[in-house]
Amino acid sequence: MTVPFLNTDALPYCKGCGHSLIAKNTAKALEKLNYQPLDVIVVTDIGCHGIIDKCLNTHTVHGLHGRSVALGAGISFANDDPNRKIIVFIGDGGSTIGLQHIMEAARLNLNLTVVVHNNYLYGMTGGQSSGLTPVGFSTTTSLEGNPFEGYDICALTHTAGAAYVSRIMGIGDISDKLAIALSTKGFSLVEVMEICPSYGVKLNPRRKLAEIVESSGRQLGEWTNKREPHVNHQGRKNEDLLATLPVIKKGFKSYLKSPMSLVLSGSAGEGVQLAAGLVSKAAISSGLHVSQKGSYPVTVGVGFSTSELNLSPVPLSFHGINLPDTAIITSQDGLDHNRKRIEAMTSGKLIIDSSLEVPQTAAEVLQYDFRSVGERNASVFAIFYWALKTGIISTESLFKVIQDEGKGEKLPMAKIKDALSAVK
Amino acid sequence: MLANKKGMQTLTDASRLIIESMARAGADAFIGYPITPANLLYLYGSQRMPLMLAAPDEITTLQWMAGLSAAGRIPVTATSFPGYALMIESINMAYMMELPMVIILVQRLGPATGTATCGAQGDLALLNGQISGGHPLPVLCTSSFEDCWTLSAKAVEMAVNLRTPVVLLTSKEEVMTSKSFDVSSLPEIIKTERKYYDMKCDGKYKSYKPTDLIPDFLPVTQAKHQVRLNASTHDQQGLLQHSSDEAMNNTRRLEEKIRQKAYEFTWYDLDETEKADTLVVAYGITAAAAKDAVNQLRSEGEKVSLLIPKTLIPAPDVYIEIMDSYTTVVVAEENINNQFCKMLYGIRKPLNQRFIGSLGKMITPQQIIEEVKS
Ligand SMILES: Cc1ncc(C[n+]2csc(CCOP(=O)(O)OP(=O)(O)O)c2C)c(N)n1
Ligand code: SF4
Ligand SMILES: [Mg+2]
Repeated sequence: MTVPFLNTDALPYCKGCGHSLIAKNTAKALEKLNYQPLDVIVVTDIGCHGIIDKCLNTHTVHGLHGRSVALGAGISFANDDPNRKIIVFIGDGGSTIGLQHIMEAARLNLNLTVVVHNNYLYGMTGGQSSGLTPVGFSTTTSLEGNPFEGYDICALTHTAGAAYVSRIMGIGDISDKLAIALSTKGFSLVEVMEICPSYGVKLNPRRKLAEIVESSGRQLGEWTNKREPHVNHQGRKNEDLLATLPVIKKGFKSYLKSPMSLVLSGSAGEGVQLAAGLVSKAAISSGLHVSQKGSYPVTVGVGFSTSELNLSPVPLSFHGINLPDTAIITSQDGLDHNRKRIEAMTSGKLIIDSSLEVPQTAAEVLQYDFRSVGERNASVFAIFYWALKTGIISTESLFKVIQDEGKGEKLPMAKIKDALSAVK
Repeated sequence: MLANKKGMQTLTDASRLIIESMARAGADAFIGYPITPANLLYLYGSQRMPLMLAAPDEITTLQWMAGLSAAGRIPVTATSFPGYALMIESINMAYMMELPMVIILVQRLGPATGTATCGAQGDLALLNGQISGGHPLPVLCTSSFEDCWTLSAKAVEMAVNLRTPVVLLTSKEEVMTSKSFDVSSLPEIIKTERKYYDMKCDGKYKSYKPTDLIPDFLPVTQAKHQVRLNASTHDQQGLLQHSSDEAMNNTRRLEEKIRQKAYEFTWYDLDETEKADTLVVAYGITAAAAKDAVNQLRSEGEKVSLLIPKTLIPAPDVYIEIMDSYTTVVVAEENINNQFCKMLYGIRKPLNQRFIGSLGKMITPQQIIEEVKS
């Protein structure tokens, strides 16, 4: 025994409402295409058209106003059974609030058929104008006629890339026309032109649907794009995000006895974050616990670049830094970004490029020409200088990280070594 | 696990731990829309999850997730307040439809766009009232790298077992900071599978007929039983109702389901010192400062206990029991209106409680130490 798509003839709409015609003809089209009800998933929007669920023997999904196309899209992404058919019933109102979802589904050419029940107004909420209401059409919120042009939903959807789009009159037997859309591979949309007897007919008493459609300038017809339907794109995958993390072996010693905080700051493009990463890894290889966080302006390629590090012989919980124990500043941007903190330091060290004016601070000041190795390498040179001067981690541990990570070629290591040997 | 890495240190951020954990726990789709400070999660999600989709906005994100979930997948996304605000109607939809999914909410400084690169703990009040009707939607909050591993997996398990969206709450300071971390110390993660209604049953399947409060699930992409999902008020079949008894019982069940089942997903750390009069309470990013503060205070001979709540919604009664049992309770939270306590007690702050708040700056261990000593 074949199960019908509709479980009743008495559909829940006002007398003469085009929504009944669409529901009945969709059922008829699906039968013609030999679908079984449970092969079909009907996603309905909020609006008069959306109260059809209870009359359908298909799967039914009743979501939010305007979002049904995106909800159907989600099902479509997950479905790989070619025998399933996903249909979205939406109104002109839902198409207005959810326009983006229609464009996106068309752009991706998802396997999905959208039936737009265009009755030119928000039926369920009392007959207000929608984005698809044509100029001159009267609604409860534009009694003297809608002052604006409506969207051409078919043109928009076609240009967005839908495989198949059509505009048809909601009169007579439209099952064959719906069947063309329903059998399309990829995204299809049918705009069915209707008039809502309760509001549209009442407010536009002498007008006929055909005349309204014609005077709105919208042509009936079909528009196609020759495109393959969507397939989920599988980019290069990483099967284990932990396995690809470099393991840092302990090979060095640190004589750090208590936690210390370090702020490294300079200009974007001058290797600040790279240098901070080197310190972190070298410190870990020296048996220390580390935290590292970067900060930079929204436009990452200009202005300051700062990294805040905590190094500790014991495990760390809190990683925030108010006043650092050591600040390493390699450029004016870095100085400007940290000036207040540096001025507030009551102890610790300020290691600063000799080209910069030293701010008022109680920290011990060490000046050196870090930019002599080229501004792009100033930060890397500065952390070597810091390691050499303080011995908190060894310069060997830094060299080892550079070697292990294959960064030796990108950095002018010979130049940095030379410059380092000149440091007293 | 990771035997080849036994006892090996790495430098990692928490975003990586969260995504890897969720993937191992069974999450199989990441839907992304860029927003600082959740971008690292998006990056890792795109690399790690079997399916990654780039949505054109956050409403679409949630709708796509709901569709995927209705078809049997376990989707995840990550966002911050501006994106989360757009998702809320759709989160209500997924809650009503009972579709599992995880939303990672990375807190940043508000209101509105606020400061994208500044941490905060300002979203709990919103999360506590986000479902129309005031029903609870589960929120788990991480307070350490270890939590980012274990709770992330639990968020997936909770979403699937309770058939609900779950929020994993974190903050900019947690997911964008790298730390030395021994990955070999991480416990194994058990994979969660979507549980399906027994297809061999020939009886009539009803999409919202509960067994022990939770309805059996069937994907809309199978063809044996009719599935009806509905975000409007509905009966057990999933058919729209105005306010029939059956439908009201269904809506009541949504609340009871979370309240009753959440006890299996209730986590908190309680580190008590004998005879302590003072309790420090902090969750999320502020818990790290609280731990350091309590350690320091104890090393100075102070008797002080520490409570770190992790299951924030629904909050278990035990939080109030613990907090009421101390003479002094110091609550630290990175906002200026004490959202955690308001959630527990309403606007009338109990006399034994003191609040340390902050705006635009992390609360430091020193601030907590001073408040405890004062
Ligand atoms: C987000 C949101 N805004 C507004 C509404 C109220 N609403 C319900 S139905 C509807 C209009 C439906 O109009 P249309 O989509 O054209 O369907 P019709 O009733 O004409 O079939 C609106 C605005 C809602 N449900 N959700
Ligand atoms: S109000 Fe209009 S759109 Fe709604 S059912 Fe009645 S005739 Fe149809
Ligand atoms: Mg309409």
